[in-house]
Amino acid sequence: MSDVILTLRGVTKRFGENGVLEGIDLDVKQGEVVVVLGPSGCGKSTLLRCINALEEIQAGEIRLEGEKIDIRSKSLAGVRQKIGMVFQSYDLFPHLNVLDNVTLAPLKVQKRAKADAQEEALRLLERVGLKDKAESFPRELSGGQKQRVAIVRALIMHPEIMLFDEVTAALDPEMVREVLDVIMGLAAQGRTMIIVTHEMQFARAIADRIVFIDGGHIVEESSPEEFFTNPKTERAQNFLRTFLFETVKKTAE
Amino acid sequence: MQGLGLEVLLKGKNAARLLSGLGVAMRISLVSVLISIPLGILLGVLMTRKNIVIRAILKIYLEIIRIMPQLVLLFIVFFGTTRVFGWNLSGETASVIVFSLWGTAEMSDLVRGALISIPQHQYESAAALGLTPAQTYLYIIIPQTVRRLIPLSINLITRMIKTTSLILMIGVVEVLKVAQQIIEANRMSSPNAAFGIYLTVFVLYFLACWPISLLAKALEKRWA
Repeated sequence: MSDVILTLRGVTKRFGENGVLEGIDLDVKQGEVVVVLGPSGCGKSTLLRCINALEEIQAGEIRLEGEKIDIRSKSLAGVRQKIGMVFQSYDLFPHLNVLDNVTLAPLKVQKRAKADAQEEALRLLERVGLKDKAESFPRELSGGQKQRVAIVRALIMHPEIMLFDEVTAALDPEMVREVLDVIMGLAAQGRTMIIVTHEMQFARAIADRIVFIDGGHIVEESSPEEFFTNPKTERAQNFLRTFLFETVKKTAE
Repeated sequence: MQGLGLEVLLKGKNAARLLSGLGVAMRISLVSVLISIPLGILLGVLMTRKNIVIRAILKIYLEIIRIMPQLVLLFIVFFGTTRVFGWNLSGETASVIVFSLWGTAEMSDLVRGALISIPQHQYESAAALGLTPAQTYLYIIIPQTVRRLIPLSINLITRMIKTTSLILMIGVVEVLKVAQQIIEANRMSSPNAAFGIYLTVFVLYFLACWPISLLAKALEKRWA
């Protein structure tokens, strides 16, 4: 398994007495798309935040390409460049226009030449259909457009792995698709990604592997086909049933 | 215009005296602003620190200054210190001290408010992009804070200019005091001067504060 780029071993996260993650083991291979599912509060988002060292872990270790991710390490900013993250809240920098939002990190962190960074930024924006918005400010964009810019802002750093934390959860339904399409496009390019989502059909379509978390543990890990058609554990079955129930209700209306 | 008492303005150097009175008021506000803004920024940043002792001290300072009417502060500093410490402060110096104490307190609260209003995810997104904490402050947090702060601090300046009308109570000859003197001197010849002269004072304050207020509004709109 030489192509594993991210390894988690016994990752444990507690907030005070509350255990949120209890000994998570996970390997992510180059080019793999892992979708993390689970009921709210199960620790999925916390897991992503731990991988990017936005949260301190109490036990275990996380390695990206062999390099340990440690919130206290001096090289943390360097490791974080290899991890692209997109959050649920629209988190663009409101005082910068779209182009400056995208080029800030390449210019200041990677010290790339301005022309080079801008040229790549425009190319990436074009790919997500937002080249004409380069001069716009975040407040002039819709939620879906903001999230696409946030994705571009992460991509331009050439990350080894992308983390998506419920990026469509705060969007109006008609904007969910445009964002998910961009992520589908990334999967088609063979990007390594860990995705936390509540969009089950999207999860099924994009995932190479489903990781189901409940109560801070990985309860089930399988291919999307198997997970959605034949979940092994009762907890996964119950979880999927809540979605089924919601679907029934919606059609009844 | 006998009825409005405006003709008094044209007598002798009255108009020039009023303007120089306004000059005194503006000078005291300006000096106080120049002292208050850097000190206020410093204290405001300290107020967002986790250290409870520092925060408690600054909170007490802020509350005392806010609760106390500025006039009482002026009396304490001007008359009180003369008796107790034997300081012989001029009215202008006492005014600058009081307005700086007040301005610093207000400014620190504005800075604190602006800093804590930057959402946590701004810090996190910057960190996730690999920016160091120093870069995060330089490129993300400070520019946003300044944008929120500038309109608010400009408003503080106009509040300061207006409040200088109190310093005539400690014998500083500013615009309102000059107005009183002119009215007194012309009580017999132009009994209506009170109206004309105070109206002029109103116009002068308005002309001093209005452009500043417009600027604040324009900046606010631009950076909203």
